[in-house]
Amino acid sequence: MLRYTLLRILGAIPTLLLVIALAFLMVHAAPGGPFDDERVLPADIEANIQAHYHLDEPLPQQFLRYLSGLLRGDLGPSYRYHGRSVGSLIGEAFPYSLQLGAMAMALALVIGIGAGTAAALRQGTVFDKVVMGFAMTGISIPVFVIAPALVLLLAVKLQWLPAGWSGVTGMSRYVLPVTTLALPQIAYIARLTRASMMDVLSRDFIRTAYAQGLGTATVVRVHAMKPAMLPVLSYMGPAIAAILTGSVVVEQIFAIPGLGESFVRGALNRDYTLVLGIVVFYASLIVFLNLLVDILYGAIDPRVRYR
Amino acid sequence: MKTLRALGLLIALAVGAACGGEDPAGPPGTLQRGLSSDPETLDQHKARSIQAADVIRDLGEGLVGYSATGELIPAAAERWEVSKEGLKYTFYLREGLRWSNGEALTADHFVAGMRRLVDPSTAAFYAAMLADLENAAGITSGDIPVSMLGVEAPDDRTVVLRLVQQTPYLVSLLTHPSTFPIHPETLAEHGDGFARPGKLVSNGAYTLDAWVPGSAISLKRNEHYWNNAATAIDAVNYHVMVQDNSELNRYRAGELHVTSTVPPDSFAQIRKDYGEQLRVAPYLGVVYFGYNLTKPPFKDNAALRQALSMAVDREQIALRVTGRGEAPAYSWVPQGVNNYEPPLSGFAALGKEEREQVARRLYKEAGYGPDKPLRIELRYNTNDTNRKIAVAVQSMWREILGVEATLVNEEFQVLLANMKDAEITQVFRSSWTGDYNDAHTFLSVLQSGSAANMPRYTSEEFDSLMALAARQVDLEQRKLYLEEAERVMLADYPVIPLYFFVSKHLVSPQIEGWGDNVLDYHYSQQLSFKAAQ
Repeated sequence: MLRYTLLRILGAIPTLLLVIALAFLMVHAAPGGPFDDERVLPADIEANIQAHYHLDEPLPQQFLRYLSGLLRGDLGPSYRYHGRSVGSLIGEAFPYSLQLGAMAMALALVIGIGAGTAAALRQGTVFDKVVMGFAMTGISIPVFVIAPALVLLLAVKLQWLPAGWSGVTGMSRYVLPVTTLALPQIAYIARLTRASMMDVLSRDFIRTAYAQGLGTATVVRVHAMKPAMLPVLSYMGPAIAAILTGSVVVEQIFAIPGLGESFVRGALNRDYTLVLGIVVFYASLIVFLNLLVDILYGAIDPRVRYR
Repeated sequence: MKTLRALGLLIALAVGAACGGEDPAGPPGTLQRGLSSDPETLDQHKARSIQAADVIRDLGEGLVGYSATGELIPAAAERWEVSKEGLKYTFYLREGLRWSNGEALTADHFVAGMRRLVDPSTAAFYAAMLADLENAAGITSGDIPVSMLGVEAPDDRTVVLRLVQQTPYLVSLLTHPSTFPIHPETLAEHGDGFARPGKLVSNGAYTLDAWVPGSAISLKRNEHYWNNAATAIDAVNYHVMVQDNSELNRYRAGELHVTSTVPPDSFAQIRKDYGEQLRVAPYLGVVYFGYNLTKPPFKDNAALRQALSMAVDREQIALRVTGRGEAPAYSWVPQGVNNYEPPLSGFAALGKEEREQVARRLYKEAGYGPDKPLRIELRYNTNDTNRKIAVAVQSMWREILGVEATLVNEEFQVLLANMKDAEITQVFRSSWTGDYNDAHTFLSVLQSGSAANMPRYTSEEFDSLMALAARQVDLEQRKLYLEEAERVMLADYPVIPLYFFVSKHLVSPQIEGWGDNVLDYHYSQQLSFKAAQ
């Protein structure tokens, strides 16, 4: 197990290097530089600025400079936020994205699994149809439609919840962004759970459990839940990726200062180092999470063993 | 099952851990303002964006300021004198000026600020703001030590500026944040990171309380400000609202008192719903289509440029396409600039029919017609309003002249790079906003060698008139030279001015003291809440 984990981590290094190199090339290949503006700078002022950020050096040299910084854990200075390091910007932004993502994921798992299981136990009833209808809608409507609709209804019309993020204290500001982010995942997880649960419930060992005189609640909790969760667990990786990308949109709409919002801002401003920093950070995070899911999978399913 | 429980616990921990660090809503009576993008810095010398300048004007103060309606008023300086030949300005500071930490603010701090601005090691975007000061150009290019800058403090309350040439707008430059003073000890202690909460020492009506990048900036009252007694609002929150629809929703929900703009699509509805709360005012900015004058077909082809310009119906664009009170542009310098009367393009006096006739004749003279239509690309940066304007102009050109224009939309930075290269551009959309209230901020753009001269316009006559104006002591004579320069430029048709910007805000009926002005400056210290009824 330890050997496996170490090998996986070592195997991730070339992947990460490739991601960094590609991202570095792509941001530098994008037309326009970080200091271009309609107010074009006089030549000597522009030269001063380019020299300040080492942008006057040849590209390979800039890449080596970036890599050597990275080894020391330094993601470089932001080109847009003067006097701020990319590391500190990510450090400030990530907790917001983590907060949103974790809450949305928790909500999606609890409601998704609950509704999916309940629907599987009541196959073909009105309840089942309502849940699955809702799930279909949830999967089909994009986040950028759900969010403004919820804001208009709950914040502007009814004034139950705040429409924005900044300057609002307490938990109320989380409700709309988290719900928006979780809705498609709730829908997907509910469908997955229902299908998987129905499959498990038709197995022989479940019939044996019923034959032993156990009640439905016990059968589901003790015998059916664990095997039924395997597809859901496999879906966690894509779900995390979906929540990360979904948070880019949600953070824009609600003006939440998370990583997704920083990423879009960085890309539009050609803040090379910020964009690269976030790519490196996200890539490492996804590699790590995939590893975590694989290890968890082995812990749940005794048939999976690592060598 | 255990593992699932562990996973649940992990998520719960993450949520719990992440729930620290709330940003405050501020005490009751906090002014809530929208800000359309996140300031890149609050360092007055490194800032570049309009949004950063908006916040810095609340934090800092220059020698001179503006009233709510845009008149120059004394700020840190209580009065000033100009020498007879106009090359020496003497500013007398108010008595007892203090920084937000209580320390005395002296004339040396203004000198230190201006030196830091032009110092090449600062790499300031607005270093050219003080280009007319003695030795400024040589210092920025690194040839002369920064101590040689034409600014000095003969005593604690006097700042003297020496210029290389007449600069009648110098006083209005000194309202710009890049000329604000700096607290030398803070800079020495924290270096370039001094403009952060807990570090920044400011000299304006407010101090910096908190800043969450991408989200909000909180300011609170500076008790040591000389005019603190007249400052009504205790705290200000600037909320970064990149999406104008999100900003509008927050205003509707009562979470903002002042918005930074209003969404173009809902403009008519907003006017209907909010009436007086919608403030629309002329703004010092011109939107134009520029020609690439370095390449055919527009190089050395004034007739063709004039034909295309005349075929654009600016009234239609301002009324039907943008429709937010913008004024159609027949000049380069907007109306409302101090001591200036913009001359209009010659065809402005003609009716629509006549303009089209002349345009058709010129188009034909330039060698184009139904058998040989002009095929060009019209570039603009991706944006809904820009697209609508481009579509409208495309159809005007097609109907009146038979021009086949292809629309090309590019991301802003891409378009900027293409305009700078002047290789593949033919006609491009751009705009210019004034940095100070003087015709010079617009006309100097089109001087040969100006970095912002996107069409690459060069005219000896225009340049020499600009040079004459620069040497002119007599303001009336200077005005005539500048106007003549614009007239010469307009007759060459290097650009198609389309319309002049307007500023657009929603201002809550609770707020008093709001004034419309062409620079769109709205100092928080000049606003107040209406007394409760």
